[in-house]
Amino acid sequence: MKRLLFILPIIAFAGLAAFLGFGLTQDPKELPSQLIDRPLPEFALPGIVEGGPGLASASFKGEPRLLNVWASWCSACPQEHPVLERIAQEGFPVYGIAWKDKPEDSRAFLARYGDPYSGMGSDFPGRTAIDLGVTGAPETFVVDKKGRVRFKQIGPISPEVWEGQIRPLMQKLRAEA
Amino acid sequence: MKRALLVLALMLATPVAAVMPDEMLPDAAQEARARAISKDLRCVVCQNQSIDDSDAPLARDLRVLVREQISKGRSDAEVRDYVVARYGNFVLLKPPMEGDTLLLWLGPFAILLLGGAGLIFWQRRKPVATPDAAPLSDAERVELDRLSN
Repeated sequence: MKRLLFILPIIAFAGLAAFLGFGLTQDPKELPSQLIDRPLPEFALPGIVEGGPGLASASFKGEPRLLNVWASWCSACPQEHPVLERIAQEGFPVYGIAWKDKPEDSRAFLARYGDPYSGMGSDFPGRTAIDLGVTGAPETFVVDKKGRVRFKQIGPISPEVWEGQIRPLMQKLRAEA
Repeated sequence: MKRALLVLALMLATPVAAVMPDEMLPDAAQEARARAISKDLRCVVCQNQSIDDSDAPLARDLRVLVREQISKGRSDAEVRDYVVARYGNFVLLKPPMEGDTLLLWLGPFAILLLGGAGLIFWQRRKPVATPDAAPLSDAERVELDRLSN
């Protein structure tokens, strides 16, 4: 009994070390989305071309889509861009919201890097992004056939994240009734 | 005189909040409520600052939003709920007591209790006082007298 008590602090220390060690593997910057399994908040945004088509939440129905929140001022967006082009080429629709970005800057970005988006809305006031719980750009939402958010990627989509997580999810969502 | 003025000015210096004059509400009471709410809301970009302290554009958007909600006549709790619905309990610098925050709230007290209990247990186990010592022998008494004189 006495010997057991003697090793108690060691056990306590090991437990604490394991707990804190686990904490180190977590990224505190990644906040869980409040929207998972909930419908996309309502929005109706103007486009980035004057008089051109905008983007509304009501159109997110019928097939699973990606909704990418980006901006021309965002430093990780050019890095993510080739992955978005690839996703579009593979036949998965990508929609975009240009966040706190002047429409002319958004247009210049797409002219320079290419335009993989099936539709684009401009959220210059940033209000829709707050409704979406956006904390930075880029962020991408996976929206299912019924218009519910099923997954949120914080930061750029890397080829690994696309192949390992998002593409399998999109295929699963396509198969859903 | 100049130096005295400078010292006085420095003494009056206080940390300045990030709130810009153009964001403020005309009604002082409403503005005070907005400030109080903003101080409890975490800036999701810089995370260890409140939106009242942060210069981040998103923090500004949230400050404006808080003021907009207040002008619409929402209560403090409603404004807070509005932001929590979008960003989760994480935005509250003082998270509410719920299932997944119990450890956060009660953990320190649990550790204090455990430590206290351990300490009492430890103290009890210590042998109590020393048994009566044998009286000094004559030789020892002589030696003691010699040393103390």
